Amino acid sequence: MASQHGAPPVFNNRVVAWIDHRLPIFSYIEKEYHTFPTPKNFNYFWNFGAIATVMLVLMIVTGIVLAMNYQPNSELAFASVERIMRDVPSGWLMRYMHMTGASFFFAAVYIHIFRGLYYGSYKAPRELLWILGVVILLLMMATAFLGYVLPWGQMSFWGATVITNLFSAIPVVGDSVVTWLWGGFAVDNPTLNRFFALHYLLPFIIVAVVALHVVALHVHGSNNPLGIDPKGPQDTVPFHPYYTMKDGFGLTIFLIIYAGFVFFAPNWLGEPVNYVQANPLVTPNEIVPEWYLLPFYAILRSIPDKLGGVIAMFGSIAILFVLPWLDTSRVRSCTFRPIYKWFVFVLVIDVLVLGYCGAHPPEGGFVIASRLATIYYFFHFLVLLPILGKIERPLPLPPSIADAVLKKKAV
Amino acid sequence: MASSGSISAGAHGDPTRRDFLFVASGAMAAVGAIATAWPFINNLNPAADTLALSSVEVNVKPIAVGQAITVKWRGKPVFIRHRTPEEIKEAEDVKLSELPDPETDNARVTDTAKKVRPEWLIVVGVCTHLGCVPLGTKPGDPRGEYGGWFCPCHGSQYDTSGRIRKGPAPKNLAVPDYLFSSDSLVKIG
Repeated sequence: MASQHGAPPVFNNRVVAWIDHRLPIFSYIEKEYHTFPTPKNFNYFWNFGAIATVMLVLMIVTGIVLAMNYQPNSELAFASVERIMRDVPSGWLMRYMHMTGASFFFAAVYIHIFRGLYYGSYKAPRELLWILGVVILLLMMATAFLGYVLPWGQMSFWGATVITNLFSAIPVVGDSVVTWLWGGFAVDNPTLNRFFALHYLLPFIIVAVVALHVVALHVHGSNNPLGIDPKGPQDTVPFHPYYTMKDGFGLTIFLIIYAGFVFFAPNWLGEPVNYVQANPLVTPNEIVPEWYLLPFYAILRSIPDKLGGVIAMFGSIAILFVLPWLDTSRVRSCTFRPIYKWFVFVLVIDVLVLGYCGAHPPEGGFVIASRLATIYYFFHFLVLLPILGKIERPLPLPPSIADAVLKKKAV
Repeated sequence: MASSGSISAGAHGDPTRRDFLFVASGAMAAVGAIATAWPFINNLNPAADTLALSSVEVNVKPIAVGQAITVKWRGKPVFIRHRTPEEIKEAEDVKLSELPDPETDNARVTDTAKKVRPEWLIVVGVCTHLGCVPLGTKPGDPRGEYGGWFCPCHGSQYDTSGRIRKGPAPKNLAVPDYLFSSDSLVKIG
């Protein structure tokens, strides 16, 4: 096959040509993943979309084989996971890949989100692309929570109890919603059954939203570290082989680190108490979620009112939906925003502080720290972003991507 | 609906037979959609066998004064405390204005036959904040500043009547329906 500058591809293989004439999948792949014009100045932050996609596929594949040996029954679940670990051939590897994979999937997505924040990828015309991304994040959190319940350890059970009880804070219908989640009077076998059904379903919904995310991405193409639009062929390179290679390289590094955890420290990111079977009559000394949910857990606990805490926690993610309209600056990339640039890093530190507080019991200094960090989180989005866009004087933007890239080389 | 012009609007812009049919069939479709959705939502409610496990009988005779036990009811812990006279007095003396969720101690120790037994406090052992099991039933457990229960998850504190006094929990520990069939036998649920 051959294709020059936007001309429809000509397929030499007759079978391929026959299929493509009826269902143009080959033209689609050629257009969107081969000749697709992509800004030539990506840095390694632009690897993480592809990395996250690979992690999603990996989670689905390991999840399907785990489901073949898992028993979604409160009497059998815990033992069935131990059986996967000890008796099922390569079962330990599938489970460790799946549980470590969840952490690495979130890590990739968080870096991907940071990239979007720093380089202003959420700004026009990519608002819907960003919003679809936030939907994916919410679905991932729900899926991760549901999956964490399945091994039916102490933290599974009590995490499920605490999170499902959040919904009882909703006025009027709260208690009915909780009963519908539980299918009984407490977290029990019916709960485990429905959580398993949903945990199997949601990843495929994530796949569908990822597809929309990619479609939206390919309308206007990727943002880039300079945050300016490509003005012509001199600013872009074809996606393949340039970025397939760059993504492949970044992915390999990422997977090496991931494999290091899978093989040498699979439980390092987990809670030991989840290897104790669920007991509805004994609450563990401390209930903590996995690391990737800790900042939101800290926000929940920082508010001394049940409904208020729930609103703040969901609000901390919901606020991302309106981020494209809260940021009043028209300059996308922080490279040219001398003040805001630093506040992005302050926000990152703030979220890390929240995460640290979320991992510790709500006493003394941790209460104060998590309250201050929660206030700052909302201050960043609701006050700082709108005002800074108005008063900050951005640095002059380069005339084009090619221009900026060549100038850098010359220096 | 009349906006589709001469076809649907009557001579003077009045609703036509077609408008009526649109609205009527649309309304029926909406009713049908809701009626179809209901069994799917209802399907999430507790099943008959789950509901059947809804009561439990306990012999409280072995519980000494000052002691408390935990029994399992509907998958949840229930605390039965044999209160000391000091604990009863402490619970009764609190002014209702000091309580986040005002309720008299008397109302919390009355069984379904309206008989008051202040020595027996029976509450669901589930923190009304986010559902942890508060500590304070076993000897040696921390019981909080008010001598009742202390929830280790988010620091809620309950008094000797199981009422919330401090911390994020919004409500008192729930009192289940119970009935003393004799002085030593109680049926919960």
